[in-house]
Amino acid sequence: MAASALLRTNCGILNVLKCSVKGLTQINRGTTASVVAQSRLLQNARCYSLGHLTVQERIEKKRQAALVGGGQKRIDAQHKRGKLTARERVELLLDPDSFVEYDMFVEHRCSDFGMEADHNKYPGDSVVTGQGRINGRLVYVFSQDFTVFGGSLSGAHAQKICKIMDQAMMVGAPVIGLNDSGGARIQEGVESLAGYADIFLRNVMASGVVPQISLIMGPCAGGAVYSPALTDFTFMVKDTSYLFITGPDVVKSVTNEDVTQEELGGAKTHTAVSGVAHRAFENDVDALLNLRDFFNFLPLSNKDPAPVTECHDPSDRLVPGLDTLVPFESTKAYDMLDIIHGIVDEREFFEIMPNYAKNIVVGFARMNGRTVGIVGNQPKVASGCLDINSSVKGARFVRFCDAFNIPIITFVDVPGFLPGTAQEYGGIIRHGAKLLFAFAEATVPKITVITRKAYGGAYDVMSSKHLRGDVNYAWPSAEVAVMGAKGAVQIIFRGKENQAEAEAEYVEKFANPFPAAVRGFVDDIIQPSTTRKRICRDLEVLASKKQTNPWKKHANIPL
Amino acid sequence: MAAYRITPALQRVLHAVKHVSFHSRCCVVTCRAQYSTVYDPNEKTFDKILIANRGEIACRVIKTCKKMGIKTVAVHSDVDSSAVHVKMADEAFCVGPAPTSQSYLNMDAIMEAIRTTGAQAVHPGYGFLSENKEFARRLADEGVTFIGPDTHAIQAMGDKIESKLIAKAAKVNTIPGFDGVVKDAEEAVKIAGEIGYPVMIKASAGGGGKGMRIAWNDEETREGFRFSSQEAASSFGDDRLLIEKFIDNPRHIEIQVLADKHGNALWLNERECSIQRRNQKVVEEAPSTFLDPETRRAMGEQAVSLAKAVKYSSAGTVEFLVDSQKNFYFLEMNTRLQVEHPITECITGLDLVQQMIRVAKGYKLEHKQEDIPINGWAIESRVYAEDPYKSFGLPSIGRLSQYEEPVDLPNVRVDSGIQEGSDISIYYDPMISKLVTYGSTRAEALKKMEDALDNYVIRGVTHNIPLLREIIVHPRFVSGDISTKFLPEVYPEGFKGHQLSVAERRELLATAASLYIAAQLRSQKFLGNLRVSNAPQERRSWELCVELDQGVHMLSVSRSGNSYTVEIDGEKVEVQGDWNLASVLLPVTVNGTHRTLQCLSRNAAGEISLQYLGTSYKVRVLSRLAASLNKHMPEKVPEDTSSILRSPMPGTVVAVSVKPGDTVAEGQEICVIEAMKMQNSMTAAKTAKVKSVHCKPGETVGEGDLLVELE
Repeated sequence: MAASALLRTNCGILNVLKCSVKGLTQINRGTTASVVAQSRLLQNARCYSLGHLTVQERIEKKRQAALVGGGQKRIDAQHKRGKLTARERVELLLDPDSFVEYDMFVEHRCSDFGMEADHNKYPGDSVVTGQGRINGRLVYVFSQDFTVFGGSLSGAHAQKICKIMDQAMMVGAPVIGLNDSGGARIQEGVESLAGYADIFLRNVMASGVVPQISLIMGPCAGGAVYSPALTDFTFMVKDTSYLFITGPDVVKSVTNEDVTQEELGGAKTHTAVSGVAHRAFENDVDALLNLRDFFNFLPLSNKDPAPVTECHDPSDRLVPGLDTLVPFESTKAYDMLDIIHGIVDEREFFEIMPNYAKNIVVGFARMNGRTVGIVGNQPKVASGCLDINSSVKGARFVRFCDAFNIPIITFVDVPGFLPGTAQEYGGIIRHGAKLLFAFAEATVPKITVITRKAYGGAYDVMSSKHLRGDVNYAWPSAEVAVMGAKGAVQIIFRGKENQAEAEAEYVEKFANPFPAAVRGFVDDIIQPSTTRKRICRDLEVLASKKQTNPWKKHANIPL
Repeated sequence: MAAYRITPALQRVLHAVKHVSFHSRCCVVTCRAQYSTVYDPNEKTFDKILIANRGEIACRVIKTCKKMGIKTVAVHSDVDSSAVHVKMADEAFCVGPAPTSQSYLNMDAIMEAIRTTGAQAVHPGYGFLSENKEFARRLADEGVTFIGPDTHAIQAMGDKIESKLIAKAAKVNTIPGFDGVVKDAEEAVKIAGEIGYPVMIKASAGGGGKGMRIAWNDEETREGFRFSSQEAASSFGDDRLLIEKFIDNPRHIEIQVLADKHGNALWLNERECSIQRRNQKVVEEAPSTFLDPETRRAMGEQAVSLAKAVKYSSAGTVEFLVDSQKNFYFLEMNTRLQVEHPITECITGLDLVQQMIRVAKGYKLEHKQEDIPINGWAIESRVYAEDPYKSFGLPSIGRLSQYEEPVDLPNVRVDSGIQEGSDISIYYDPMISKLVTYGSTRAEALKKMEDALDNYVIRGVTHNIPLLREIIVHPRFVSGDISTKFLPEVYPEGFKGHQLSVAERRELLATAASLYIAAQLRSQKFLGNLRVSNAPQERRSWELCVELDQGVHMLSVSRSGNSYTVEIDGEKVEVQGDWNLASVLLPVTVNGTHRTLQCLSRNAAGEISLQYLGTSYKVRVLSRLAASLNKHMPEKVPEDTSSILRSPMPGTVVAVSVKPGDTVAEGQEICVIEAMKMQNSMTAAKTAKVKSVHCKPGETVGEGDLLVELE
């Protein structure tokens, strides 16, 4: 009995090895037929385990079991909730037939609470991992399977994720996590916690090496939330996903607040209020298709330049509408997105955090096919001033671009930092410094266009010449000054009569691009309609830019 | 003058050589039959003209002034300071803030502009001060020439009753009728008999068409008399009845006249303006399909005799109603340049603005009636920023984020005063442009119009191209069977956009699928040296699922080069598309037919919005896999809108009739929004209590703004 058990175990190991080899080359439903045919041929050759299933049959059985995860009933339940299964998600995310699965035969190792029973073992456990292609480009993926123990994280689950992350870093390819997990596998206790930490460590190690993207497609609670939080981008699916440290029940018992899951950690909360998530999509299909699109903007690693795709939009295209966009009255708002859409390739702009800190706009676009990061003050919201949230939003985006060789284009129309006790008490000094830090430290090509106001310290912050801006332009409507005319006149000519005349003098002197231009703080004053043409040309030149910061272990950004 | 004897062909060449440099980007004129007149540089004229108008007509006048070597002054309001007409003019003068009453109608400011700039003459365009006798008088007082008729002609024709009397005296057909106390039914029958059936009977005091009865015979006249006299007495306390000839299925046809200060007058043929909505013209053409040469001459001669009767000088228009028997009746005379003057210019070759300026300077007309030709056919579509799906057009505003006029097409003329980036604001007329096409035949001009509308790119505002595109291909319009009731008759349920035939639907689906594939293929094309090699998919065929208005179609597509063979429901469609995915215009050849579609939007989730045959369609293209998975996606429930009242258009709140806590009945008026000269009553969609009111009188609201919430 013991011997046969040993034999079986050995066979098991053998199988795993064989299959992992096979698994690397061809695992998907399409190849099942050929596997079956092969197994029949082998049947006669290996009849030593008479009365038992052949190895080949067992491989097949395990594989089949892995493919159905928690079983049809749970799959149906998942669908009923409007969610796709882990495998369906991977299939839709990746190019057809490109998925190469790892660790399909890994099972959890828990032996407590009856977990060792056969019916509690699922080949592959509660996560699907592997690599594949998105529009032909390599990507590593893990997709948590809610149908197996609610997608809970076991030691084996964590180990599978760590394996692909390690390889992704060695190869230099992004990692996409599709999160749908109830949390830690409580039966496993500390093993599960260790698993989380193993993933966190890899998230941190991979940060700035390969892009990491999390798509929250179901629950993600407790310690689990920190993995998405450590990745570069966190996207959510509306109505079916939520992220929080503790659920509504615990919240009720601790703070006595009544709150629903959706209010506490739904897509709306995190994209508009907390700023934890970068964007939300309508449903699983919408999210995965958009993720494919988004992936095309990213380089595979920090060793790769920003990708360049085929572009049909002429790089010297003039944008006549921009000449009349900035209103004459400097108090009147306009939409910064009009400028961005007009200038970028095909009006295609993938906005990051569109509903959070709307006074700054950040996102990805292309210029003559090359990915660029765009940062712009939004005069439509709070006059485009910088406050705590917009500084943090901008800083994180700028640092991502810098880490991954994506040129940054900054459109400036900023009246300054937002005054007030709320901001000061909240630490606007420290948070504002983050944006300043990020722009100053960035060594990627930096192009800045001052469209209207560039007042005070905010002028310095917004990728100014002084922070190593490579090309800084001003539109004729630009006003680079310490402050607006009214405020300045009240200080300079305090107590003097005829403030109006003084104001007019100040406007004549400072409310135009000349003071900055004569000092070389802007390189040129350009006609707005030529902005696209100029930027495309500059990017060509700056593609070979080399700039390094002094050696350091790491900088100390004011967190 | 002497130059006029040169053959027309040579003139065109001359014209082209001389004036090619004046063609401005925003409103290029490329009409073959346009302006065969020659601008004689030696003929003395004004040095400087001020144009007391804005938008396309200001640009139109400035263009001719440039050709004639006259300096121009534009006036503008605050918000128009970077408008096209301001940029085109040699000088510009701000006459006040945005509201027209304080700027373009502000006579003091305009007089000030004239004095400051030293303009010798003023062209008023249309609208604003163009038919304001007070303005004409003030100009005369300061010795500035008004480019238009004399004050007394403006006054005489401006008064509805007086103009009819003058017309009658000048032997112009007027609508026969009787206005007074009618003793009994038999007298009514007698009057009706004199007028001739059909007749319209109503109470004189009743406004508009209220209580109007149509009688086709004696019996109906008696009945109409009883009804109307009762109503007259009970509702208005005024016994008088109006019995008038009823014009059945009338057409609106107008005659362009041109007169000088020396008693000469010409008629420059007609314009057919029957296609109207709410008494505003939408599509016009010259000549009319309906008039025979005799009727045309009769109308023209009457128009000229009316012009002469009021000593008219300058360009003017005599409007007629024409019944199905080609009887025509005088309606009114417009003493200005009409919006739709370009179609007359196309078929006659005259530059009406130039003629107006010459006449104003005191020159005699250089043409004789027999010199006035009808060369070919011209159609004008008025392109408006408005939503044609709401009562044939409710105004819309916005910024023209993308704007391209189809001026590269031959024989297309676009008169506009805006460009990419311009704002269509609530302050002014929402007209975007006048799109004029010209052909040697009507069919040719209509085909050109189809192409022009398909190639016209307007983004950022809702526009009426869907409606225009439908009108010009409607069998009734094509056959010339039109009247002023065309729109309500053809679209009794309101305009719903183009209705796709089975073949058109296939064509649209196939194009969308091909476009989707082209975009998919391109997204795999990365340039430069790649550290990790790319593994693009080598595919030649696709299985797609395309959704269009609830209908789901399975398509298989195979591609070779730019040719796509699409199989839909067993039918094959060949699509040839030389795609430029950055361009909004999609020229495609589907099953051998060339068409231009427009891609309005396209996103990662496979949603493609296409403008096809003028109407925009939302298509969703998914791979078979995505489509099969999409079935599991939950339907999102749209918000219940019956308890929320939103503004259907941008405008000003004129009145709010409810306050929170009031109970309103279904259909009860809640508030009134005024937009572009129109008051729109907003009513409750259900009986409910008012929860909150989010607007107050005098406030400006945008489209979709929350007005009132019900419980």
